[in-house]
Amino acid sequence: MYYDPFVLPFTIGLNVLCIYLAVTYIRWIRGFSRADRHTILKNMVSLKTLKACKEIFLESLVHHKIYRTSPFLGYMHMCFGLGWFLLIVIGKIESLVYHTSLFNPPYFAIFFRFFHPANETFPHSELFAFLMDLILLMILSGLALAWIKRLFSRIVGMKKTTKHRPFDKLILSVLWLIFPLRFLAESFTSGIRGGGSFLTHTAGEFFSHFLPLEALSYPAWWAYSSALGLFFLLLPFSRYMHIPTEMVYIFLKNWGVQQGRKFTAISRFQLYACSRCGICIDQCQLGTSLNMKTTQPVYFLKQLRHHEDYSQSVDNCLMCGRCEEACPVDLRLNALRLSQRKDYTHINKDTYKYVSIPRFTPKRIAYFAGCMGHLTPTVIRAMRQLFEKAGIDYTFIDEQQGICCGRPMMLSGNYNAASIIVERNRSAILNSGAEILVTSCPICYKVFKENYHLNLQIMHHTEYLELLLNQGLLHPRQSDLRTVFHNPCELGRGSGIYTAPDKVLKAVSQKIPTPYDGKKSLCCGGSLANLFITPTQRTKLSEDAFNAYLAYKPDTLVTACPLCKKTFSKNHHQVPVKDIAEIVAENC
Amino acid sequence: MSVIIIGAGAAGCEAAFRLAEAGIQVEVVEKENQPGGNLNNWYQLFPDRKPASLLRQRLQQCVSHPLVHLHTGTVPVKIQRTPQGSFNVNLDDGALLEGKALLVTTGFRTFDATRKEEYGYGIYENVITSVELENYLANGSLSTSTGKLPQRIGFIQCVGSRDEKMCNFHCSKVCCITAVKQAIELRELFPDAEILCFYMDMRMFGPGYEEMYREAQEKYNIKFIRGRLSEASENQEKQVFVKCEDTLIGKPLRMTLDVMVLMVGMESSDGSRWLAKELGLNLAPNGFIQASDPHYATNLTNVEGVFIAGCVSSPMNLTDTLTDARSAALAIQEFLTIPIHNH
Repeated sequence: MYYDPFVLPFTIGLNVLCIYLAVTYIRWIRGFSRADRHTILKNMVSLKTLKACKEIFLESLVHHKIYRTSPFLGYMHMCFGLGWFLLIVIGKIESLVYHTSLFNPPYFAIFFRFFHPANETFPHSELFAFLMDLILLMILSGLALAWIKRLFSRIVGMKKTTKHRPFDKLILSVLWLIFPLRFLAESFTSGIRGGGSFLTHTAGEFFSHFLPLEALSYPAWWAYSSALGLFFLLLPFSRYMHIPTEMVYIFLKNWGVQQGRKFTAISRFQLYACSRCGICIDQCQLGTSLNMKTTQPVYFLKQLRHHEDYSQSVDNCLMCGRCEEACPVDLRLNALRLSQRKDYTHINKDTYKYVSIPRFTPKRIAYFAGCMGHLTPTVIRAMRQLFEKAGIDYTFIDEQQGICCGRPMMLSGNYNAASIIVERNRSAILNSGAEILVTSCPICYKVFKENYHLNLQIMHHTEYLELLLNQGLLHPRQSDLRTVFHNPCELGRGSGIYTAPDKVLKAVSQKIPTPYDGKKSLCCGGSLANLFITPTQRTKLSEDAFNAYLAYKPDTLVTACPLCKKTFSKNHHQVPVKDIAEIVAENC
Repeated sequence: MSVIIIGAGAAGCEAAFRLAEAGIQVEVVEKENQPGGNLNNWYQLFPDRKPASLLRQRLQQCVSHPLVHLHTGTVPVKIQRTPQGSFNVNLDDGALLEGKALLVTTGFRTFDATRKEEYGYGIYENVITSVELENYLANGSLSTSTGKLPQRIGFIQCVGSRDEKMCNFHCSKVCCITAVKQAIELRELFPDAEILCFYMDMRMFGPGYEEMYREAQEKYNIKFIRGRLSEASENQEKQVFVKCEDTLIGKPLRMTLDVMVLMVGMESSDGSRWLAKELGLNLAPNGFIQASDPHYATNLTNVEGVFIAGCVSSPMNLTDTLTDARSAALAIQEFLTIPIHNH
């Protein structure tokens, strides 16, 4: 039996951590609704579990999404994630090859160099020593990058890095101590009795020239074990809780548990799965345009988790989804924030009774302009022209009167009011008897798709125009107009519509590619979701976004959302802002 | 020792005359070919319905003073300060003017109504601005785009004023009373038409204004509806279909208008913005040039030797503009005669 008292801090720490995690997770999982539990059980034994394992490897270990933000940053996270994982796995294999028993205690593999007499060789012992040194070197290089990141975050591709709590700084120091201590302990042991490979052996030789290794070696192992034990004990109360929680979250997510509008068990997993990497900070235009530094998801989730005041940050979010797109843990950041917004309206079934539900003669196509569509008559005019050109007979549902789609209410947390609006609007849409519902407003589009439960095809007008082009019902010419496309948040990141507007705009104009294409598009500043910023701050946001697009010198800035169009047009500009439908209509 | 005035609108002409009367040589620069500024677009003045041409003639006489040199059809392209503190103003016609003091009277521009797209200006045929209506009134006729006499005319207040979504927080002051005046004039043209005015507040701040407002309701049967227009669309007959809420009754309202008149507000003029940049003048949050003090130094700016008068500092009616111009003339005289300047 291999044993030495110095393994106690590590062993106690690890056992306490495992028990704490098991108790906590079981408690959380018991909070799942009956439906969620059913979903989990149904999908547990399926390919989805394998998919989750692959995602855990790619995201929790390799951190491949962070490579998209910056290769340096990705490498740094990979060093810790994959490096530590390999150190454990290969160490375990090494100890198995040496000892051949599967049931050697966990500390035996971790402190293998201490227990293994170096003169005793075993199959591939040199290869193992080499691999273990290589992995340790990799982790140490990641550590060096982490130090650089703290001091000069720009070098690793981050303009701003997260400001942590003092407690998290403490555990960060403990984490940073672990690997240098392992390096020292292994080197000292190697210096005394040999063993190790290119890294620890060489360092041992070097240290033996001027250090009393006999006296230092044993305390170094104690220090290494204590650092590990302390890290495990502190972990559940620190941001490093994300390490185990993220893995559980990935399983739950792949098994089909979804974040709804309420704060549920899956929300709690997400709350603790946030690693506070701070990648969301640079994405947030409230930070870059308005210098607001405490409202980004990393801080909002921190406030929520540690019961700090979040009354301001819960309202101060554009819900543009740029952070969500960049989040390496794939957290549903908008929905989490929305889950904390309170329902404060007092309404009843009669509140919107004055809006009568219209009757129509059934036609195959129905058009819904939406409130914002009605505030931009040019969009409606263009759509009317295009319907006529293509010879489409359609019902204009909200031509005379219409009510809001309900999404603005939902975004402010007022689901009760929204549900009544949704019900009335839904009746109007169903009365049209249409098979395809076309809308000009991405805000309406998103809520129609997600909350209306309509048994018909819902299309944004960009998708519908693409269809008309494909069917040969419209024959626009490609003009010389140089255009830059601003993809609205609710259409792109919100609803995943990227190719339709791209194809349509390329068919009618000279579309200039920009770094803001696709998922990287900016928020226009008109967001309905932000309940905090002032109109002046909104103007600053939209001016900054407008100027970012203008850098690519378009003749016209094109969007596909009436709200974006209105927001960009409120100031006096040299470059006009138009809807994609207008550009198509002009060239038909 | 001369003074340079930029802008020959009401404020510029009046100040030029007062300075000239005090024996000071004045160089007036005007981008248009004649003096008068925005007044040239006006037919009758509130509250006394005086023809605007009378005031224009008066302003013309002002700048005809022997000590006033009027440079029309030209704009400054460069302004430099000499070491002695006087101003060298290069004009785009090549002239170089030198003055001890500079008076900025570049006035306002009317709000571009196409920015308020939901009101349909430039999209619907029968939506016009208050400036255009003034022109129709001068010609004594108004008809719809289809050539009919309008049966129902609606005025929309606060277009581009008090509208944070248009980045304009300020009140343009004169639109309320202008709509009252124009509504009465329209009543005289169309005795049987329905004339409505949609407002947020009716701000009758000048002498005789409230009386005129009351008369519009009692004698001329103009209907005033408190409610901001939410949106407008056009029907087959090219009428404007409007939606708003009558906030006094608390009910939504829908109707068709034969002609819709947008009471466009005032914004800081392009000239004011250029000069503010060129001279380093502070702008107020609403984009107008900031006076040094709202009580004691309304004609002074943060730059010594640069004075302001009229709508360059905030929306004003003609009465206040002329008063402000005389006040500026006085401030400039003090500046020129008191020898202690801290250049």
